[in-house]
Amino acid sequence: MNNTQKTVLKPAGSEHANVGKTLRAYSMVIALVVIAVLFHFLTDGLIFTAMNLTNLILQNSYVVLLILGMLPVILTGNVDLSVGSVLAFVGAVAAILQVNYGMGVVPTLLISLIVGIAIGAWQGMWIAYFDIPAFLVTLSSELVFRGLTQVVLGGASIGPFSPAFRTMASSFLIPDEVSAGTVMSITMIIAVVACVLFVASQVLERRNKVAHGVPVGSPVGMIVRCVLLSAAILALSYLMGQYKGYPTVLVIMLVLSLIYSFICSRTIFGRGLYAIGGNRKAAALSGVKDRLYFFMAYTNMGFMCAVAALVYAARLNAATPKAGVNFELDAIAACYVGGASVSGGGGTIAGALVGCFVIGILNNGMSMMGISADWQQVVKGLVILIAVAFDLLPKRKKK
Amino acid sequence: MQDNILEMRGITKEFPGVKALDNVTFQVRRGEIKALVGENGAGKSTLMNVLSGIYPYGSYTGDIVVNGEVCRFKGIAQSEAAGIAIIHQELAMIPQLSIAENVFIGKSLSKNGIIDWNKIRAATIPLLERVGLNEDPDTPINQIGVGKQQLVEIAKALSKNCKILILDEPTASLNEKDSKNLLDLLKTLQADGITCIMISHKLNEICYIADSVTVLRDGQTVADFPSAKDITEDEIIRQMVGRELNNRYPVREGVKIGEVFFEVEDWCVHHPEFPERVVIDHANIKLRKGEVVGLAGLMGAGRTEFAMSLFGKSYGCHISGKVRKGGKEIDTSTVPKAIENGIAYLPEDRKSCGLVLGETISRNISMANLKRVSKGGVVNPNQEIAETGENAKRFGVKCSSIFQAAGNLSGGNQQKVVLAKWMFNLPDVLILDEPTRGIDVGAKYDIYCIINELAAAGKCVLVISSELPELLGVCDRIYIMNEGQIKGEKLRSEATQENIMKLLI
Repeated sequence: MNNTQKTVLKPAGSEHANVGKTLRAYSMVIALVVIAVLFHFLTDGLIFTAMNLTNLILQNSYVVLLILGMLPVILTGNVDLSVGSVLAFVGAVAAILQVNYGMGVVPTLLISLIVGIAIGAWQGMWIAYFDIPAFLVTLSSELVFRGLTQVVLGGASIGPFSPAFRTMASSFLIPDEVSAGTVMSITMIIAVVACVLFVASQVLERRNKVAHGVPVGSPVGMIVRCVLLSAAILALSYLMGQYKGYPTVLVIMLVLSLIYSFICSRTIFGRGLYAIGGNRKAAALSGVKDRLYFFMAYTNMGFMCAVAALVYAARLNAATPKAGVNFELDAIAACYVGGASVSGGGGTIAGALVGCFVIGILNNGMSMMGISADWQQVVKGLVILIAVAFDLLPKRKKK
Repeated sequence: MQDNILEMRGITKEFPGVKALDNVTFQVRRGEIKALVGENGAGKSTLMNVLSGIYPYGSYTGDIVVNGEVCRFKGIAQSEAAGIAIIHQELAMIPQLSIAENVFIGKSLSKNGIIDWNKIRAATIPLLERVGLNEDPDTPINQIGVGKQQLVEIAKALSKNCKILILDEPTASLNEKDSKNLLDLLKTLQADGITCIMISHKLNEICYIADSVTVLRDGQTVADFPSAKDITEDEIIRQMVGRELNNRYPVREGVKIGEVFFEVEDWCVHHPEFPERVVIDHANIKLRKGEVVGLAGLMGAGRTEFAMSLFGKSYGCHISGKVRKGGKEIDTSTVPKAIENGIAYLPEDRKSCGLVLGETISRNISMANLKRVSKGGVVNPNQEIAETGENAKRFGVKCSSIFQAAGNLSGGNQQKVVLAKWMFNLPDVLILDEPTRGIDVGAKYDIYCIINELAAAGKCVLVISSELPELLGVCDRIYIMNEGQIKGEKLRSEATQENIMKLLI
């Protein structure tokens, strides 16, 4: 037959199809660091105080939670415009259950989550099984649920929530009663454990590759990655330790992010999302249940909206008719800035998180500098354009 | 001294890491039909893209001389102004717009920015007459067949007053009648003084029409046949592949045909949009283990519709009939069920239906059977890389790494990836729809070898193809389909182009 055949298993080398993506993910990390350092100087170090760091995380927590729903949707090649309204509606439901009906925390949480899932399933049903374009279905929901929020709240805010409900958003992992020294030591112990776990996972992964005969590159990349990430974990933990340690929300965020990252990159379900976004016809003809995947992506989006709604309502200590306005745009922007493909089939949770914090630090830093909200919007808008152009232009040149 | 309308001298074009064209010289005489041939990836399309300004001046080295003048095209508009028009393999028309609109798209006849529709219609009619297309200029493009669309493309090129017409595989998706029609049109145009450059894989067509042939291999000009009488198919093939290819089809030897394993009985399918129209009418086929069976039919005979309706009802409505495997009736009503029952369908259009072009080779191969490399829904990426790598190797996918994006491969290699994908499922029944469409001679041979191997391993193989010689070359038995009905079946020993053709029309 053919004697010049060569099929080589090469480590991620220059021809690696994902090299561009990987580089982009890293380039955004570099951008994140540059922006952080820039604001460190512009704000005379205010941005990296223990309290502000904690604040930064809390401020962005709902966007992070929404990303976990939005990225899978974007992977399938769609977007969800209803996120902000659904968040407001679920928050309103929670407030009414808690305040008007005096329901306990657990039933409130459960019912709110179920409402979120049901809304997601409603949208997913129209998109997946009736082939109504996602843009229209979610646009409809944006109006419907914003309107319903106004109706159930009667145009006014409802609050406050019970203290137990609020702990979700305002508490810290380590109880307040503990002395400052203990907070720091427990925080740092957890940080060290996290570093060890990360390094161990990297080493195990490498061994696993070798065991399967998958060639691995030089270990330098891995070591650099381990050192840098460990340094970041330790430094940020040290900062947070100076205040009250890890916020509970951070723990929820991290655990959910890890789970969703795993689902997207390592499960049959996640891979199906990528395949559908890349080429729906080919995926369907390969036995990927495309309709079910669309349905699941939107149902999950509803679920994550509900989670974000609860955290948001707890933080605000009230449900308001204007809650969550434009949150969908924050989540979508974070995904795209983090390297997700506009046409679907590309993007990672980790990338979207980086994108989220690029925008988050910009917001926070500019606020600290006293820049007005109007100008902040201008800067944010331009940064989104630059980030995506930065991502797409090199690809265009190749052609 | 010969009168060259076009000369390309010492053209070199590099892409990062690859020299696509290496000092290519290409001469075309005024008024001739020139065939440009070569395997996929030999650089034919690149050369034509350089000529038409898609790769602008400065991105290549060498000279383009048109009518004795050195040209430096910065874009298509400039090459068109010089009288060069290119018709790409994938037709670039807007399906919802009318014939007239498509012909005049980009250069609307207008007055003060307002389009003069009557002028456009009036200008379209003589152009359509010239290409022999008898259609109303207001007919939307998506209501005429591919063959006629091709003619509209030519009319569009003529509207630009072109002197050199470049056609990239114009007959790739046409049936024999439309192909013949098109080739004859080219001869008519030649008589009108238009020079044609035709890229083609169909050697019989080249021998039929070309006045001269240039062969490219690995980015270099390897042979020039200056006059029609020197051109023979065998010689062209020898130059294309750079080796003697005695037989275009591998010998099927030691064929052991087993018992009937896969049966389709009384298969009926209706058109998805016009449910009263019957597309497949009581079709019956039987496949034996180890047998390669062909399904011949003209465009629109229902071959693809038959295959796709069989594979998870991916086409049509009101589907009825029975599918039996190993004597037992099986359920193929959804794609996952069909796959679970050991059926694989290699689609006609690998780019839109077979591959996720942006994904890696590895992930494309595992796509239809991720379960094989997962536990409890969790994919083991290392096992995936190892096993898909093995499959890529087994099916001879030429690539620098299995992490390369499938979209960057040549047509033949893409097809091998799709084959590797289906073989990753270990199916018993393979339906291959046009497995060698648009791929070069060498890769075709590889695919035929794979088909033989699969049959030798005891699989049932059904090959759908519009090229009769191919079916005669690779199949043990051929079913002939026309208007949704199986009109007959011929054993390899009794089949000839003629007796099959009779049943086809």
